[in-house]
Amino acid sequence: MNGIEPPYKILVVDDEPDLQPLVQQRMRRYVRAGQYQFVFAHNGVEALERLREDEEIVIVLTDINMPKMDGLALLDQIPKVNPNIRSVIISAYGDMKNIRTAMNRGAFDFVTKPVDFDDLKLTIDRTLQQLLEWREALGARDRLVALQNELNVASQMQQSILPKSFPRDPSYEIFASMKPARSVGGDFFDVMRLEGGVVGLAVADVSDKGVPAALFMMSSRTLLKGAAIGLGTPGEVLEEVNNLLCEDNETAMFVTLIYAVYDPSTRKLTFANGGHNTPVLIDGDGNATRLPLTGGVALGLVPGMKYEQSSITLSAGDNVILYTDGVTEAMNEHEEEFGMERLESLFSESRPPEARAVNDVIFDAVMEFAGDAPQSDDITCMTLRAGGRDH
Amino acid sequence: MELTSENTGGAVIVKAVGRVDGANARDFHEGLEASIGADGESMVLDFEGLSYISSAGLRVVLLVAKTLQHNDAKLAVCALSDSIREVFEISGFDKIVPVYADAGEAVSGLGL
Repeated sequence: MNGIEPPYKILVVDDEPDLQPLVQQRMRRYVRAGQYQFVFAHNGVEALERLREDEEIVIVLTDINMPKMDGLALLDQIPKVNPNIRSVIISAYGDMKNIRTAMNRGAFDFVTKPVDFDDLKLTIDRTLQQLLEWREALGARDRLVALQNELNVASQMQQSILPKSFPRDPSYEIFASMKPARSVGGDFFDVMRLEGGVVGLAVADVSDKGVPAALFMMSSRTLLKGAAIGLGTPGEVLEEVNNLLCEDNETAMFVTLIYAVYDPSTRKLTFANGGHNTPVLIDGDGNATRLPLTGGVALGLVPGMKYEQSSITLSAGDNVILYTDGVTEAMNEHEEEFGMERLESLFSESRPPEARAVNDVIFDAVMEFAGDAPQSDDITCMTLRAGGRDH
Repeated sequence: MELTSENTGGAVIVKAVGRVDGANARDFHEGLEASIGADGESMVLDFEGLSYISSAGLRVVLLVAKTLQHNDAKLAVCALSDSIREVFEISGFDKIVPVYADAGEAVSGLGL
């Protein structure tokens, strides 16, 4: 319905018998050229019948004074049949009162009697031009709405894969959350209970945002889960996921990913880093240290890469913060970054509380720092807190 | 973000000024693609005036490196600020795309 093509169908409404042959004769050239097609009615009632039968009519050219239903009454009825039709009034010369009434009732333009056919042609073309632009705009709006709906679906898919509940265990706590920058982001996190009472933790950031990034994120997350369950060490898991992501990756998307395995019985955390921000350890007194970078390359770029891993034994009350660059690169209105130092000094004056509250403190600090500056990247943060008593 | 390119015989030097993020990564990509020279002609990205590059921008660097590889040419980056150097190191991009101190070193490093 939005794309209309010539011949453009025009309904001429007049009770006087002489207009029909005149239109047919003077517009003959354009009708033969396939530009216009004319249909006729003799009053408003007949005109509405034609409009109901024939959805291809795009312009109504109507006289004002007619029996049964006059042109002004017809103008009121046309939008009820088809709101996308444009009307042009034929009025007596100088009849400003009726012309003004007609314009108020939605007529697009008018021509005066006796009809100057060159002027009529120009008026029809101008009306068609406006109508085509209007319908194009309507089409664009419909496509935009459809796209928005797709984005919403993708956004729901993305949110639905994030864990909603976290293991509650006397020997450790985990909490994580994500705040996407646009409706569909590229960050994700996961928490997986693995065999032997150990737990796998992942925080990742896919290059770019939008639907393509979300799709890449989905496959990264699925491959990670498969590898985490099937294999053992974080280094092996990243190697496997990287090789699988590299297959047919023409789009050059990549994901930075930190994957860690925590064993609550020994409080040993083993992690491997695929091009991701280095985790921060905040001890029970609030002192921060960066865990060592393991030098891995982001996943999906080069097949066959090896991923080093590193281990650390936590003390009760230690917090390991895994995050994406949306935290450290959050900008305020002066284009300053939140930065590592702010993150590391957050608990220097107060002892870190439980995992969820630690995570909230970090989010609140980033939001307060950013103020009214627009959020340009997804913000993801995960806190692992070691519990129990020291050996 | 602004790009200017000059051809120094054997390599195209592209200077990027400003910041590259998700919002202008496409412009960055189109600008770099347009600057790609003849087959066999390598490219050096001079980031001296670049204040920030997001992961979307890194992806563009990688795409351009792939295009150049198809043309039997190479890509290098140079004059990284401390924060951008850190981004390259953390993501491991410095292991994929060679990083040099300045354009002169990059040109000789690429063996041109």
